Amino acid sequence: MSHIAFPRLDETILSRRGAIVERLAAILPPECLIADESGRRAFETDALTAYRRLPLAVALPRSTEEVARVMRLCRDEKVNVVPRGAGTSLSGGAIPQEDAVVIALTKMSRILEVNLADRLARVEAGVTNLAISEAVGPEGFFYAPDPSSQLACTIGGNIAMNSGGAHCLKYGVTTNNLLGARLVTLDGDILDIGGEAMDAPGYDLLGLVCGSEGQLGIVTEAIVRLIPLPEGARPVLFGFDSVEDASQCVAAIIGAGIVPVAMEYMDKPAIHICENFAHAGYPLDVEAMLIIEVEGSDAEIGAMLARIGAIAKAHNVRTVRESMSAMESAQIWKGRKSAFGATGRVADYICMDGTVPTSRLPEALQRTGEICASFGLRVANVFHAGDGNMHPLILYNVNDDEERVKAEEAGAAILEMCVELGGCLTGEHGVGVEKRELMGRQFNDVELAQQKRVRAAFDPEGRLNPAKVFPLGERAA
Amino acid sequence: MTEALKPEREADVVEAVLAARLGGTKLDIVGRGAMAGLGRPRAERRQLSSAAMSGIIFYAPAEMTLSARAGTTVAAIEAAIAEHGQMLPFEPMRPRALWGSDAEPTLGGMVATNLAGPRRPSVGAVRDGVLGLKLVNGLAQTIRCGGRVMKNVTGLDLTKLNCGAHGTLGVLTEATIKLAPKPEAETTLVMPDLGESKAVEAMTRALGSPFGVSGAAWLASGMGRAFSRTLLRLEGFADSVDDRAGRLASLVGDFGQVNTVTGEESAALWRSVRDAEFIAEPSDRAVWRVSLAPSRAAAFAVGLDETALAHSFDWGGGLVWVATAASETAASAVRRAAASAKGHATLMRAPDSLRAAVEVFEPPSALGLRLSRGLKQSFDPDGVLNFGRMYDGV
Repeated sequence: MSHIAFPRLDETILSRRGAIVERLAAILPPECLIADESGRRAFETDALTAYRRLPLAVALPRSTEEVARVMRLCRDEKVNVVPRGAGTSLSGGAIPQEDAVVIALTKMSRILEVNLADRLARVEAGVTNLAISEAVGPEGFFYAPDPSSQLACTIGGNIAMNSGGAHCLKYGVTTNNLLGARLVTLDGDILDIGGEAMDAPGYDLLGLVCGSEGQLGIVTEAIVRLIPLPEGARPVLFGFDSVEDASQCVAAIIGAGIVPVAMEYMDKPAIHICENFAHAGYPLDVEAMLIIEVEGSDAEIGAMLARIGAIAKAHNVRTVRESMSAMESAQIWKGRKSAFGATGRVADYICMDGTVPTSRLPEALQRTGEICASFGLRVANVFHAGDGNMHPLILYNVNDDEERVKAEEAGAAILEMCVELGGCLTGEHGVGVEKRELMGRQFNDVELAQQKRVRAAFDPEGRLNPAKVFPLGERAA
Repeated sequence: MTEALKPEREADVVEAVLAARLGGTKLDIVGRGAMAGLGRPRAERRQLSSAAMSGIIFYAPAEMTLSARAGTTVAAIEAAIAEHGQMLPFEPMRPRALWGSDAEPTLGGMVATNLAGPRRPSVGAVRDGVLGLKLVNGLAQTIRCGGRVMKNVTGLDLTKLNCGAHGTLGVLTEATIKLAPKPEAETTLVMPDLGESKAVEAMTRALGSPFGVSGAAWLASGMGRAFSRTLLRLEGFADSVDDRAGRLASLVGDFGQVNTVTGEESAALWRSVRDAEFIAEPSDRAVWRVSLAPSRAAAFAVGLDETALAHSFDWGGGLVWVATAASETAASAVRRAAASAKGHATLMRAPDSLRAAVEVFEPPSALGLRLSRGLKQSFDPDGVLNFGRMYDGV
């Protein structure tokens, strides 16, 4: 029995499945429609793999117009729609159900325009995050948000979840790096929001759509900001004997007017797991480690690291290891970015994503440890220290139902703690199905009702990505 | 006109909105009235001012965050954070030059108008620096949006939606904002006498460089000088600024002479750019703020021909300030030119009569307007709050 509930299926839709598939087949070429069971299997879950539901069918449109046609059909048939990018959501944001059509944007993966003079790129929503940076890298530019899954995850998914990454301390998250989006509404209407200009007129629909988890419409194209690549970047490892020292070091660096591009924290279990996997030269004898990256010319990097080094020394840093080459830098980041994958080799895990004010990090870490211990579970912590976005990885055995429930309960307790400390349930992964029932911990009924009314302005019947974000209440099966 | 409502607490706001709703009264939401000249003209209606709700609620320098009541002045916030070597990253515009108002803008007004200054291309607009809001919607309900942490994707981003919404969705009562370290030093490279196209070319090269250019503006001749000036700003630690200034000067050296100003002289220059001082006089002209892709700026500005009595660029060309006659003919010429440059125009200053005759904000598409009205309905179904301030029915 799954811990996360799904809504009751619409029997009418299920009984009309054949007719709906037929109608889809009439507007999509065979290679753009998946209706057979084995084909649909590939779309039954995302990175929240403990939950799997087969979709009614999968549409793989090749253009905005095709998306619009499928949307109109689904509206007419009163079928729910689940938008999907690469399916890397850790919160179950792309998990479908038997009465829903998945619209996957994977065939829409072209970079349509690179405009370096205006520092922007126009891309289809199915393009991967990394593909943009790879395309403009040789010209000296990059797309800044860098979620750990950037090799696979799509811009459409990034927009849906307002994804962040390790380098957002300086460059911001998706919403800060987006200039425009083409949105297909449930009615199949096409709305261009924002554009080439830095400011958009009227209500900030772009800001609203970003992070709306596919519930306001389907984004088929985006205009993203490109940023000049720094002359150089160098990560440094700082090892500490105590969590407090590491946290206070972070606060002191910011207090000194220094905003590094990244400040990543790992605790001892995470250091060991990642080092075994990536052989990045992480110090194994420390309780806490910071990866701090600074950018600029050699001289600037040197000067900045001298300042940071002095602050770290004042906070009892035990080991300092500066990357001496591009290869070492890559190894250091490989260790951090493969934290989830490396953990997956050791045990099954669920990854939490709560955020706390940075001043509360030591307390949050201590309580995270206590919460997991009280459930008899192990935890490894990796997180973005500069912005307080925690990623506790709770280790458990997926084949042990009881342990899985415990892991989910521990996760929920950690997120409630984050809210209690003045933070939030999710910093960059989104609410999805995973944290839906916890929304009431952060928002009261009046606030949730306001959010739902905003959603209803786009989708009155709640057909787009149903059963996500908002508590299910009586709709549970 | 009845006396303005001046609630001191959020509960008073709730009560005032409730009373207005039940009494069928429309409310005109203001702070200290600094931005009163912006938007579609106000009809005779009851004013609700947030000016009496002021004060910093918390300030955590090590987290670079501050939370304050909506009536707190921007100046008061800047003074408090300057003590810890911090600043507002987005350089909010001051209204003095443009609207001739001596009133200090408030935090609420800053959020509601979302008018970011020269640092826009590098650090974003006001909306990018707002972490959370508290507001009272048109149903007299208190709504918290966002929070106090820098990364937050919990639920719909109603914070951004309310930034730049001109108080049409809620009476802002509190805001939490992200701060930045105040740079130790700043240097501005000044390149005299470049025409529009050359200036945009130089600014584009600078903004595409890895030197962290935090301001790129072009001021036409006649704006304080006999020749035009192209300005490129660098900020940061002194040694780094010096180093980058030298290399940036070489990068743009082929455009001609490059002079340097530093410190307070540089800061004063950018305050003028921020506040559109160079285009504010004579005060009977209409002033437009046009957003477009920088590469289209020069052709747009030159193409306006005699309609533009003056123009200048900020944001590397992404923001064009245009002064025109306060006439409907000029207004439609600006709108037409902006549309063909794939940009959009806001009528920042004009007499009430012109702001009543033409749209102040770029008119949305039919679908955009329908959705905007739907959003307005979702917050303020009876149209109590700044009704019609942005668009008809919004």
